[in-house]
Amino acid sequence: MVSITVDKACCKGCNICLAVCPKKVLVKSKKRNNYGTTMPNISKIEECVVCRMCEKLCPDGAINVEGE
Amino acid sequence: MNKLYEKYIKTESLPTLFCPGCGNGIIQFAAANAMDELGIKDDIACVSGIGCSSWIPCYYKMDVMHTMHGRALAFAEGLKLARPDKKIMVFTGDGDCLAIGGNHLLHAASRNIDLTVIMVNNYIYGMTGGQKSPSTPKGAITKTSPFGCIDEPINGCRLVMSLGASYVARWTTAHPVQLAKSIKDGLMHRGFSFIEVLSQCPVQAGKSIYGEKDPAKIMRLYKENTYLYKEGKTRIEGKIPIGVFRNDDGAEEYIEKTEARLREQGIERTESWSVSQ
Amino acid sequence: MERRSLRKKELVLQGNEACAKGAIYAGCRFFAGYPITPSTEIIEMMSAEMQKSGGAFIQMEDEIGSACAIIGARWGGKKAMTATSGPGYTLMQEAIGFAAVTETPIVIVNVQRGGPSTGQPTLSSQQDIYQARYGSHGDYEIIVLTPSSVQEMFDFTVRAFELAEQFRTPVIVLADEVVGHMREKIAVEGGSKIIESVKHQYVVSPQADFFQGKNTMVEGQLHDEQGRRIGHLAKRSGEFINDINRKISDNTDIIASIDTYFMEDADVAIVAYGSVARPSLNAVKLARGVKDGRIASKLRIVKDLFRKGVQETLHTDYSHLKVGLVKINTVWPFPEKLLKEAAKNADIIIVPEMNVGKYFREIERVFKDKAVISMPKCGGDIHTPKEILDKILEEAGINE
Repeated sequence: MVSITVDKACCKGCNICLAVCPKKVLVKSKKRNNYGTTMPNISKIEECVVCRMCEKLCPDGAINVEGE
Repeated sequence: MNKLYEKYIKTESLPTLFCPGCGNGIIQFAAANAMDELGIKDDIACVSGIGCSSWIPCYYKMDVMHTMHGRALAFAEGLKLARPDKKIMVFTGDGDCLAIGGNHLLHAASRNIDLTVIMVNNYIYGMTGGQKSPSTPKGAITKTSPFGCIDEPINGCRLVMSLGASYVARWTTAHPVQLAKSIKDGLMHRGFSFIEVLSQCPVQAGKSIYGEKDPAKIMRLYKENTYLYKEGKTRIEGKIPIGVFRNDDGAEEYIEKTEARLREQGIERTESWSVSQ
Repeated sequence: MERRSLRKKELVLQGNEACAKGAIYAGCRFFAGYPITPSTEIIEMMSAEMQKSGGAFIQMEDEIGSACAIIGARWGGKKAMTATSGPGYTLMQEAIGFAAVTETPIVIVNVQRGGPSTGQPTLSSQQDIYQARYGSHGDYEIIVLTPSSVQEMFDFTVRAFELAEQFRTPVIVLADEVVGHMREKIAVEGGSKIIESVKHQYVVSPQADFFQGKNTMVEGQLHDEQGRRIGHLAKRSGEFINDINRKISDNTDIIASIDTYFMEDADVAIVAYGSVARPSLNAVKLARGVKDGRIASKLRIVKDLFRKGVQETLHTDYSHLKVGLVKINTVWPFPEKLLKEAAKNADIIIVPEMNVGKYFREIERVFKDKAVISMPKCGGDIHTPKEILDKILEEAGINE
């Protein structure tokens, strides 16, 4: 079971994760983070291949990927 | 929050002062990853100078020295010589390392002293608001080169290789896995390890240097405009070589050289070097 | 200045060598430096001694690097020192400010030479007296010791390490070419002195040495107790600056040190520091008619005056002249209380110094009710006892 969480307090809304996800699991949303910018939404979690690129390329450590 | 991030970062100091999309955070994560894989966090200390990139280690839950502009290497050499048994990681920027700290870089590299230097190259002075740095490409418009930069950019990797640094690599923020491995190798390597990381500065360098303000797009440019260096492989014009340029385990390290010379001369030390007072 | 009798081993040393010996005795185990006249003998001696003793030595690429390396080494747990002179000391200023704000106990020896700029590499001066105090930017307090003999080069270097550790601050040993290069017999103790490394009594932001698992944060920006930056917060930054200054200025009584000679009944006081205290003491002794084995007796001075053509002075008896000397050992923080007490009965204060008359301003500020007279001398020559005696006579209205 894979789960991805995006921390509202850490995210600065740079959107790098949206571009690097090969399966487009992370998508744009209107949700606001504490920084005041928009933060990503998780959709189609079942398609996640756990490449962890979003985690590794998030400049603010906001994304946590759990699972195999 | 990311589990690894939580383990290594002083969460009470968050958010970091980096702009959204800044490459420093990616390097921060890659270095944490490298330390975590080695599992020797308590035996590593970080030293940094002044500039955006020098704030990277300030968020780590470990021994950190945030020093003067350009002098990080001098502080690190003192610390290393005081505790030769420990690993020192130096975070520095292109302006910090190649301009004001250029002299220290030359000498630290030629000494081949056991330090791991991570030079974050964003082609610009970011913290002061986007002025020309020693690595700014020719022709680039910045706040202090309004008619186009005329100076030949300094290639940090080639410079330290010519001086005898024994581990030299260049990666970009678009290569986080390779970067983490290089930092890990650099930490384990006994000698001067120099790792240059091309890192996006979407706010200050953005349009004027990369022609692009979106951090993800700049990272894609990094992938497109670089090629993996292999010995014997021909250069690709107009592209930046990345990869490990040198990994010489045979090169003698400064402290080893000192110890060997003392042994040769039959000089017995009255106290052990590495023991702290 | 006076010879000690309780010490064990007597040696004939140069001032710079005594300084290096003192550092080793005080437990200094790291030296980074860059050769510069007239302090080079210190780096030469340390290059061998540090490595033999189990310390580390590195010849850095410049003085900036040297000052930075000793700060790095001190956080690595080694007592550290560097030595330099005029231009090199100027280069170190930023690191001195860094050491002050990060509360790093380091010792910097400045064997002064004539300036400005390249100035006079081989001649002496006391021109760095204000640079030693105000050299780095921003508000900070610093401790500066001025040795006036080879024995004091040893003693004050040891004292510098003690004060640095006690107050967690950089300490400057402000020597000059004269004391640096003179040779004298001194008495030193063998072995080494144990100086307590960390005392948090006077520390604003206590940080442990590195590699103790304490997550030490050494921060050049104004910071809180954990080393986190507060430079953007006006109120807390103001408190930090006050604290870091007051830890020295409020403890001047502990730090300050002066020596007095013949001051009990003195009407004329000479206030001197560093090498100039030597001819000053001779002048005082000559005026008082005290015989000194090494220097000419009163008779020779009288002969000198005769040669000058002032015949009547031949018959003048100076022994009624009540002259004394206050030798300042810690020029900064300014030993105001001690000085006021020592010279309270004097009417005239003469301040000889090898610069345009800088420290004189501090003394003038303290003694508003007395005649404070500056006696500057530039060019590299130290004042002669006769010059100082002449000044005493002139000011006392005798030699007119």
